[in-house]
Amino acid sequence: MEAAFFITILATAIRAGAPVIYAAVGEIFAERSGVLNLGVEGMMLVGAVSGFIMAVKTGNPWAGVLVAMLAGGLLSLIHAFLTITLHADQVVSGLALTIFGIGLSSFMGQNYVGVQGPQFSAVHIPFLTDLPVLGQILFSHDILVYLTFLLVPASAYFIHKTRPGLHLRAVGEDPATADVMGISVARTRYIYTFVGGVFAGLGGAALSLAYTPGWTEGMSGGRGWIAIALVIFAFWEPWRAMLGAYLFGGVQALQFNLQTIGITIPTYFLNMLPYLFTILVLVFATGERMRRHLGAPAALGIPYIRGER
Amino acid sequence: MKTFSKVMIIALLVAALAVLLVACTGGAEPTEQPAEQPAATEAPAEQPAATEAPQAEEPKLIRAAWVYVGPIGDGGWTYAHDQGRLYVEKNVPNVETTYIESVPEGADAERVIRDLAQKGYDVIFTTSFGYMDATETVAEEFPDTVFIHISGYKKNDTNFDNLFGRMYQMKYLAGVAAAMRSENGKIGYVAPFPIPEVIRHINMVAKGARSVNPDAEVQVVWINTWFDPPTEREAAETLLNAGNDVIVTGADTPGPVQAASERGKWGLAYDSENACDNAGDGCIGVPHWNWGPAYAEIIEEVRNGTFKPKGRWPGVADGIVDFKFGPAATDEIKAKVNELKQAMIDGKFDPAAGPIYAQSGCLALEEGKTLTDEQLLSMKWFFQGVNGEIPDAQPPCQ
Repeated sequence: MEAAFFITILATAIRAGAPVIYAAVGEIFAERSGVLNLGVEGMMLVGAVSGFIMAVKTGNPWAGVLVAMLAGGLLSLIHAFLTITLHADQVVSGLALTIFGIGLSSFMGQNYVGVQGPQFSAVHIPFLTDLPVLGQILFSHDILVYLTFLLVPASAYFIHKTRPGLHLRAVGEDPATADVMGISVARTRYIYTFVGGVFAGLGGAALSLAYTPGWTEGMSGGRGWIAIALVIFAFWEPWRAMLGAYLFGGVQALQFNLQTIGITIPTYFLNMLPYLFTILVLVFATGERMRRHLGAPAALGIPYIRGER
Repeated sequence: MKTFSKVMIIALLVAALAVLLVACTGGAEPTEQPAEQPAATEAPAEQPAATEAPQAEEPKLIRAAWVYVGPIGDGGWTYAHDQGRLYVEKNVPNVETTYIESVPEGADAERVIRDLAQKGYDVIFTTSFGYMDATETVAEEFPDTVFIHISGYKKNDTNFDNLFGRMYQMKYLAGVAAAMRSENGKIGYVAPFPIPEVIRHINMVAKGARSVNPDAEVQVVWINTWFDPPTEREAAETLLNAGNDVIVTGADTPGPVQAASERGKWGLAYDSENACDNAGDGCIGVPHWNWGPAYAEIIEEVRNGTFKPKGRWPGVADGIVDFKFGPAATDEIKAKVNELKQAMIDGKFDPAAGPIYAQSGCLALEEGKTLTDEQLLSMKWFFQGVNGEIPDAQPPCQ
């Protein structure tokens, strides 16, 4: 096996990983604030379709990206209102959001199936793209892939090194104490649930405007669920979510490439792996001590009602 | 609080898995068009057409229902079936149609089909291979309803028949076109599942390609899904990276052809007449379905009482399959493909005719013989020129 074989697999992994990275990083923000949002798949689809429609109407893919982010964000506000203001069950609300999003995106996109729209194509970066091996792996992609390279370190820095990041973690770990310290729990959770929706929408746009340009119903094909699984896999850290997304993309690319040289591994098995890993983490993470160790936000999934313990 | 969070996590897990299952099977809410006239004319219609009613000017109302496996917006398989339904609405007098989309194969399908039968539809088309057993079961329970299953092999003697088209004829043309366009004779095939239907289609692409270029090779990548745009595309990229310069897809979206176009290579789409519209400049053409006339014919038979199950497998001569050119088809390709298509229609040429060599190079079918329908429908072996593996291959010769 030559080096070219691995270079193409790694390059594909990075391209395939980008939409999942957006969605997973967004979900990390939401969950870090204590809000579990299972609506990622729905928000991605609505982002994908609304971004595509906007891009077709204006001829400008950037307008599409903007609208996709806004659409994802707006959808997440439904979840925020239900769970933060009305204290509804986060699991139920999130699932409802996904089902709603699938239906809404199909409805919105019914006249856009098979329509050709503008798209982001690969951008050549002088010097970087020309680097021998790295150039091909890292810098032969479209702009939405490059943006993930900035988003992940920026998010990690924000969460761990900034004051708002500290507030975010405080609200997710111990909302009562944060409340006493004068941090508005509801406002913080609203903001980061919205951020989660914005990134999920952006992930959808990365699909419909860059990775698989065009709109087809259900085009995310379960990548929203992969993103949720990856958040747990990543123990709520953006860097590890990035790694997980590349692993997911790479395994698929590897599987296809092995077929072309005559080795067959069942896709079913490989597609199962992210979920299998999630189950394992959940099994081990149910103990309180273990949860702390893994970094699960202590108040994840629990509505905050002042004065109640 | 501690136990509560545990409960939450478990609930999350179970719910996520449950939804995942639904999501994977394309489980959007089945949308159902309400039937408008609840059978005012056929309340006593328990005996089919035996009543000698006076000849009215209006032909008897026929109510027809379709069960789709995907969303009609898939731009491929289900879209093509829905075009067939719309053709019926437009061209068949006094007919009422309905459809239910995104019905998962399995227990759900049986419930949906039974429900339609109970509502009194005269003929029900179930348009996915996985509906076969469910359709058979319900057909037994409702002897006065006609059931047509698409792409399967089961039928009974009275009210349950199967229907498919000889798409392999068009796939042969795709192979011819691919080999004429290719610069290196390397063709990649994005293959959904290792089942006879798909294997047959891959084989015919290889046979068609080799008729133009004896050294042409078809490389197969199994993706184990009919519909997953990113996966289809990744498979195509892999094939392009491996040096194939024409991509033929057997899955539902034009994504693989799009990927080829973007690299300045070529591809052939599948399923729907419009598939080339969104596949870029590299789209050579599309072998596509044209279900409308076949549906219309069956509905008329049901109306006249002449319907009889017979295992329907019409070909290009009946118009159920066809080939449409895309922007990358040269005049040379058009001429050659049209000539071959006409020969098939006239019965002068059959792509299933020998000699046919199996993958290992042994002679599987002598010259002068033709593969029987039985052999075509149960095909579990590759022709010469195909690079790929079938998990439970049954080669006809060693």
